[in-house]
Amino acid sequence: MPEMTQNVKSSPSLASDAASAAPGVGWRFFRNVILKGLILFCLANLLFAGWYPMDELGRITAYNFLFPGRQRLPYGDHPERAYNLSLYNLNAMFASHEISTRAKPANEYRVILIGDSSTWGFLLPVEHTLTTYLNRRAVMTASGKQVRFYNLGYPVMSLTKDLLLLSYAMRFEPDLIIWLVTLESFPNDKQLYPPLVQNNPEPVRQLIQTYHLNLDVNDPSFQDLGFWQRTLIGARRPLADLIRLQLYGVLWAATGIDQDIPHDYTPRMEDLPADPNFHEFEPPQLPASQLAFDVLEAGIQLAGDTPVLLINEPMFISQGANSDLRYNFYYPRWAYDDYRLLMAEASARHRWHYLDAWNLIPGSEFTNSAVHLSAAGSQQFAEYLFPIIQEIIAGGETPK
Amino acid sequence: MGLIQVLALSLIALLLGQVSRQKWFTGVALIASILSIYWLQPSTPVRNLDFWLPTASVVITVAVWTSTQPAVSAERRQVLASLAAVVGVILLLSLTRYLGPLCCLTASRPPSILLVVIALLPAAGLLALSWLYPGAVSIFSRLALLILLGVFILLKTPPLAQSASAFLRSWSGQSIELANPSDLSWLGFSYLAFRLIHVLRDDQAGKFQGKSLADFITYALFFPAYVSGPIDRWQRWESDLQSRFTLVRSNPEDRFALTSAGFQRILMGLFKKFALADSLALISLNPQNAAQVVSTAWLWVLLFGYSLRIYLDFSGYTDIAIGLGNLMGFRLPENFDRPYLKTNLTAFWNSWHMTLALWFRAYLFNPLTRALRMRPEKLPPWLIILVGQTITMALIGLWHGVTWNFLIWGLWHGAGLFIHNRWSDWMRPRSALIEARPALARILKFSGWMLTFLFVTLGWVWFALPDLPLAWQVFQKLAGY
Repeated sequence: MPEMTQNVKSSPSLASDAASAAPGVGWRFFRNVILKGLILFCLANLLFAGWYPMDELGRITAYNFLFPGRQRLPYGDHPERAYNLSLYNLNAMFASHEISTRAKPANEYRVILIGDSSTWGFLLPVEHTLTTYLNRRAVMTASGKQVRFYNLGYPVMSLTKDLLLLSYAMRFEPDLIIWLVTLESFPNDKQLYPPLVQNNPEPVRQLIQTYHLNLDVNDPSFQDLGFWQRTLIGARRPLADLIRLQLYGVLWAATGIDQDIPHDYTPRMEDLPADPNFHEFEPPQLPASQLAFDVLEAGIQLAGDTPVLLINEPMFISQGANSDLRYNFYYPRWAYDDYRLLMAEASARHRWHYLDAWNLIPGSEFTNSAVHLSAAGSQQFAEYLFPIIQEIIAGGETPK
Repeated sequence: MGLIQVLALSLIALLLGQVSRQKWFTGVALIASILSIYWLQPSTPVRNLDFWLPTASVVITVAVWTSTQPAVSAERRQVLASLAAVVGVILLLSLTRYLGPLCCLTASRPPSILLVVIALLPAAGLLALSWLYPGAVSIFSRLALLILLGVFILLKTPPLAQSASAFLRSWSGQSIELANPSDLSWLGFSYLAFRLIHVLRDDQAGKFQGKSLADFITYALFFPAYVSGPIDRWQRWESDLQSRFTLVRSNPEDRFALTSAGFQRILMGLFKKFALADSLALISLNPQNAAQVVSTAWLWVLLFGYSLRIYLDFSGYTDIAIGLGNLMGFRLPENFDRPYLKTNLTAFWNSWHMTLALWFRAYLFNPLTRALRMRPEKLPPWLIILVGQTITMALIGLWHGVTWNFLIWGLWHGAGLFIHNRWSDWMRPRSALIEARPALARILKFSGWMLTFLFVTLGWVWFALPDLPLAWQVFQKLAGY
């Protein structure tokens, strides 16, 4: 190694260290530094706890600026492989989404899709989701507006979670809302279980109070933040999540990947348990009062003049053991049949625009669960939905 | 090292920095160094290996020291006292297995004390050999060198490490199906081996005069530098050890200044490592994302991310090590000197992992080129440089792991250094001409910086990606294909 230095330089010499330190200062200096540092640290924590600027910080984003917005809301079980992560800051979630790119263009007819993991596109790359297939049709409205679909699904089954996201999404001025639902999202006991709901107690409470939902505003599952959790120290996890969300944006932009899709997975269950129950409900009838139809109604109210297309999403229908008793892992036949009746009745009663697509997709097009579609299944579903959506748009009707 | 470990070690270093009596410092630093290597050793899937590996570090260190000592030593009582202290610490550590959940110094429950005693007995027997056969000390010294190199190769060669893991697993009654090279994650061994080889080579050249076993163990296992260097030389370290007593006793202002500098370095290191490098790790090139990137521009971003990350990570750890050393009254050698700002590759290697480069220069490049120059048939200087640089850089590459990608990375830099050497020779007679034109000099300097940075950054592709076809694909993609 030519010209390599003869001697490795030592770290700064004592003489230069001494010169850099003010003369006469000693251990008292350390004490003062530590004390001042501690005071500043405590003050910063107090200020942070008092202001708790997580909402404001959530709006600061590099998405739609340095790198493209995400095509679905952030969610990730294995962030280091999915280049995506789950967090509870709604501002940050939406700020990273392509819907936040800019103010809605005048020539855009905006359609948002809300729903569960099936809508989000679990086990599907972003180019094979229902929303992407709908967008590929590149249709224009009669008035010359470009129809643009946005995926605002989120992988948990709860209508209250859908309502929370819808309440936030309304600021993006949708022209049409497509709300995909399934019975598993309805039981009252499932409404507050998603961590996204539990960690956004204030907006959820507001929804409960505004729409008089059959839910408890003091439910113990709400994660109300105490003083310590509002300090810088206590909020280090959500703060780190905000930074990680931005950093993963680089890899999202570089790879187009936002989900860790395993090469092989356990397929949806064909042979089913001989269990006739659905949650705590027993045959022969579902108690409508125990299902969150009030949340559905609240969503439609919240949408105001914006038309809402409610869709009972497709599900897997098993032919295996005990399929005479159950349709699939989630649903006993009696419960699901009853649910479809209840949905049809409620839709007719409230004049909701409702589409029952429960048996639309063949069983072979479901992946690891009774509601997760394959790419071909999603495309098939999009093909089926498209003329219906087009009819709504073209007719300019208000399907409520 | 995690944050908690850095904070705890800072506190220990600060306390050690207050010890002014040589005897006390020697004893406490020895115990602290031994305890810390057990504490820092991560857990391994092979049963009890996280206890045996640090134990092996201690045993090897003592063996190397023994093989460097003259046959008759006047300090035998002191040596026995140090050995008793070392054995005592190891036995006490093994006793923590009975503390159950309170046990916190080793990654997993230590083996039984009986097993530890049984394992230490043959080790003690081996050590006694050099006393029993004083005439054979030089043989033991060469044997120790061979053993160190052998273990080094074993650990760094994946198939060998896998076989060793399988052997250890079968020995401890575990499934050999799960054997993996990473099972043998021997924390700090690379740096320990460098220090010990340096001592053995210096001893063989008659340049080593280490007397105190306790000091020697503390030097070899010096906890600030144990995990990731810098690779200090015994002579320099020992002179620091002596001067620190004067510093602690009679120079409070310098002591304060050094402690203050130490804290600054630790804070800087923490920021570099845990805030910057760990964040950049999320957006750095790696085997997973290299195959997934769809655009050339973003691939460059990931590569630059890797380039910065590896510097910040390593120099962050070095800052922490130097800072901890400062708290104890030591001035460990610098390892980095703004390497990415250098305008040629030679300057880069004079400022990147400097103690490693110096080590290879002292113990490989210089002896090798000297031997080549001494050959009866005269070789042209450029050929001597080419051979010397290529072999040195190839071995620096292989030090990271005996795999093709590290070898190619080393050869990449060897070739780069040789080209720069030829370029420098060609430019030398033209230097006056260039200096007369400041604008041209500035352009050349800027071009030199850019080329050096790009060359080093592109070289990281080999370093980051063990899969050669993938690395080649990345090069193609970086070029826009």
